Amino acid sequence: MLEFHNVTKRYDNGKSAVNNLNLKIEKGEFICFIGPSGCGKTTTMKMVNRLIDITDGAILVDGKDIKDQDPVALRRSIGYVIQQIGLMPHMTIEENIVLVGTLLKWTKEKKEERARELLKLVDLPEEYLDKYPHELSGGQQQRIGVLRALAANPPLILMDEPFGALDPITRDSLQEEFKKLQRELNKTIVFVTHDMDEAIKLADRIVIMRDGEIVQVDTPDEILRNPANEFVEEFLGKERLIQGRPDVTTVGQIMNSAPVTVQTGTTLKSAISTMRDKRVDSLLITDSDNVLKGYLDIEAINLNYKKANKVEEVMETEIYSVFQDSLLRDTVHKILRRGAQYVPVVDEDRRLVGIVTRATLATLVYDTIWGDGTELEEIIAIAE
Amino acid sequence: MMNFFTVHGNELIIKTWEHLYISVAAILLGVVVAIPLGILLSRVPNFADKFISFIGILQTIPSLAILAFFIPFLGVGKVPAILALFFYSLLPILRNTYIGVREVDKSVIEAGKGMGMSHLQSIIKVELPMAIPVIMAGVRLSTVYLIGWATLAAFIGGGGLGDFIFDGLNLYQPSLIIAGTVPATVLALIADRFLAFLEKRLTPEGLQNSYEAV
Repeated sequence: MLEFHNVTKRYDNGKSAVNNLNLKIEKGEFICFIGPSGCGKTTTMKMVNRLIDITDGAILVDGKDIKDQDPVALRRSIGYVIQQIGLMPHMTIEENIVLVGTLLKWTKEKKEERARELLKLVDLPEEYLDKYPHELSGGQQQRIGVLRALAANPPLILMDEPFGALDPITRDSLQEEFKKLQRELNKTIVFVTHDMDEAIKLADRIVIMRDGEIVQVDTPDEILRNPANEFVEEFLGKERLIQGRPDVTTVGQIMNSAPVTVQTGTTLKSAISTMRDKRVDSLLITDSDNVLKGYLDIEAINLNYKKANKVEEVMETEIYSVFQDSLLRDTVHKILRRGAQYVPVVDEDRRLVGIVTRATLATLVYDTIWGDGTELEEIIAIAE
Repeated sequence: MMNFFTVHGNELIIKTWEHLYISVAAILLGVVVAIPLGILLSRVPNFADKFISFIGILQTIPSLAILAFFIPFLGVGKVPAILALFFYSLLPILRNTYIGVREVDKSVIEAGKGMGMSHLQSIIKVELPMAIPVIMAGVRLSTVYLIGWATLAAFIGGGGLGDFIFDGLNLYQPSLIIAGTVPATVLALIADRFLAFLEKRLTPEGLQNSYEAV
């Protein structure tokens, strides 16, 4: 799909940004280029759609050398998303989405239909088509930015730190959405980032670069397990010790399957005695079918004891949960980065099946540091 | 008053028309030349700064002197008057076009380029529409000044409301001076309002919130 053959970029002052780079990317692959700033990752990406010219070597898209193609036509056939989003402020969302269609002289009907179709992919209502970019939030704008890249259905999409300017929560949800979208649409993605979490979460293969050269190309798991050298190790960061256990990959494997819960209808009085008995500061609340409804912490009881009687009156219903087969590394990321104390685990019907707490993670880290002798059952036993 | 209108009424209408004609012709020429030139200059910023300073220096030449200079080459009448005024309309339009185009968000231009816009498409579909408010501000400024300066056209036989003012000065008749001045001022005000309206119409809807026509 996309091949780099001895690609080199040298600037006029003799400094080279990319050095003799060789890489082959298969159709449908999600590739993340990552590295410290100035490592040449963005330059490499921009050479693909000829926003930057190659000094030496060749880049082939579908077997055709990009140098033999008209740059304008080439760019129209490749999706492009940038960090600053770059929506046209004077055009409506619809006009923005089908910008490439306009350049390719599509009919009005075709453009309208395509815009509607695309907007559905990101669950935005159709009224948005007539809005202007400044009326949208940053996250919504970048969703449109992604749709714009998809408009002409290009097989290859280049993304330059597309989620870098968004706040962490919006970024998380956009990453998830986009990964899902990519699996559905089977696009080849070249994604530049400096955020290792993002790369690990999204990529099929990660290309780690330094000083214009490739240091390591591998799947996220392989990079976590066998970093090529110290540079990669350092770049991965310390917290990923947890992720170094290749046999533990899903939440279900480490969760505590007997979280402390109370049912809706329980009085606060009885909830507080449950807390005391089980020595916890927070309770998960389920209904009679064991469906997760919310949570209640000691602070809420403390504040509302006089005012409320039943747990459902004061419980917090905005609760983040994961599925049993969610990847552990994503959950860990959530707990460590967002400072959550625990994450409840649910099945498809939102029935509570377990919980992952910081203590669970401690066990896992302990295990990584002190050797891999501990069996999974033991971890679970300790967690319980 | 009534007496004045019965004597000069017809003449007043003709002179006002002449005045408008000279000013508008000069402004249109200025727009046609300065906007493309400003866009071109935005492609060569290093040269542009020098060039604009140079035009700025030329504009400090007193307008009467410019009119006089043109006589040997172009003679007298409307054409040299229009050309001289056109010369003065250049700078504000040129500078505003240059600044307006330069200040278009670079990420928007890059996105456009990355989507596959040709150079010309980028100018027509992105840079010009987004620079319209700034460009129009330059056109308005030029127009208001020019309508005032067009009174000088009378000096080289170009006609216009300047005729009244010069006659008034020569004959010590304040009423003639006023008859030249008031319509010129009114013309300038009307032109300014009209251009403000035009600016609002030309500014793309999505930009209306960020740039309010004043």
